[in-house]
Amino acid sequence: MTAFLGLFRRDLSLALRHGGDTGLVIGFFVLAVILFPFGVGPEPELLQRIGAGVVWVAALLAALLSLDRLFEADYRDGELDLLALSNLPLELAVLAKCAAHWVGTGLPLALTSPFLALLVNLDRSAIGMLFASLLIGTPSLSLIGSVGAALSLGARRQGVVLSLLVLPLYIPPLIFGAGAVEASEAGNGARAYLLILGAMSLAALAFCPWASAAALRQALE
Amino acid sequence: MINWLANPARFMRLSAKAVPWCGWTTAVVLAVGLFWSLVLAPPDYQQGDTVRIMYVHVPAAWMALSIYLFVAAASAVALVWRHPLAEVAARAAAPIGAAFTFVCLATGSLWGRPMWGAWWVWDARLTSVLVLFFLYLGYIALASAFDDPARGGRAGAVLALVGVVNLPIIKFSVDWWNTLHQPASVMRIGGPRIALSMLAPLLMMAVGFSLLFVVLLLLRMRTSLNERRAMALRLNADAAPAWRAGRERVISAQISVP
Repeated sequence: MTAFLGLFRRDLSLALRHGGDTGLVIGFFVLAVILFPFGVGPEPELLQRIGAGVVWVAALLAALLSLDRLFEADYRDGELDLLALSNLPLELAVLAKCAAHWVGTGLPLALTSPFLALLVNLDRSAIGMLFASLLIGTPSLSLIGSVGAALSLGARRQGVVLSLLVLPLYIPPLIFGAGAVEASEAGNGARAYLLILGAMSLAALAFCPWASAAALRQALE
Repeated sequence: MINWLANPARFMRLSAKAVPWCGWTTAVVLAVGLFWSLVLAPPDYQQGDTVRIMYVHVPAAWMALSIYLFVAAASAVALVWRHPLAEVAARAAAPIGAAFTFVCLATGSLWGRPMWGAWWVWDARLTSVLVLFFLYLGYIALASAFDDPARGGRAGAVLALVGVVNLPIIKFSVDWWNTLHQPASVMRIGGPRIALSMLAPLLMMAVGFSLLFVVLLLLRMRTSLNERRAMALRLNADAAPAWRAGRERVISAQISVP
């Protein structure tokens, strides 16, 4: 437990000290959302129809961009070898790193989303639902992303390979996350979408640390 | 049995004999199957002759799913038992599976245009097969993204196992969601719902496609093993002459091409 918390605290303080990382992710998130009114026109009804999806896709892409700092730095300076050899099971080490990554990336994305929802003209209940869906969905983004990051560790053109691996796996949270907001606007069934989103996050919590740890062991061989 | 097949030299000997037989059988079965489906089989009462796309589309879809299962199984064998040929088999099968998936999507699109009025709809079955296509591409990209091919093979193996979760989603998507794509007519509880005059050529095409997969897989695996041998020989050609001669004798004895 101490080792788990220690690793979590280490990664978190690294993320906070290089505060630029979180800032860059939020900056990209905001810019990506801002691009859409320029592309499709500023008409409010249109933006309201596509708003939830646009914010969710931008959140996905912003999360994708932040994934390479999950394992890469530790892989290069040998910290990952030490973690693999230590008493802490590699699965828990991955979990600690994902938790720190979520606090540094997913949580800020969720917290910024209400302001962006105003930019795309979502109404009050939809803003709340968007925030809730991002809060519940972003842990699964960090976890699924960790599998991709672990698999592509040390690859040529790691960024492109990572995108190709992770974006198809990001589609289910996207469907249910954006779907939750649209269901709340239509007035029915948003709770079911949020429950399934939560189920995905829990399933990712159960499955992804094992997959990432297996991938890391292959990388460290 | 699996351990008996693990010797690359034995595999090369057996596959050298098997490929011509499988190749000719494939050609015959596909020729008969295509003639049967495209000419002899009855037209559909509603769709007319357009239904004949089904005889290519459905077996291609079955192959796309089965080959991914094969890749995942071979990856599991490679990771758990360190079987030397399992990784070769998985990496050889993936592009074939991707090609079948592409054929399935393309023929489905061509079929959808006259039948549904749309080249593409975002319903559950089409979307999940598209995701399968990208899983194949992701596997191929990852496995070839490393300078060390062994590392690439291992990373790809883990990815293949992670993506297996998509297969039940594809199979049952037409039951779980209200979709435009029709529900299962052949592999369902209660038996096939399709007339025998159409089921028979469909199954023959499925057998033909399976044999085609076997032939292509064996050819690709043989090529891959020959490539490794060529690479090893090239690397050893740079070594000292006496040692080189000894190494060449050993390598030639290990993987001999009949």
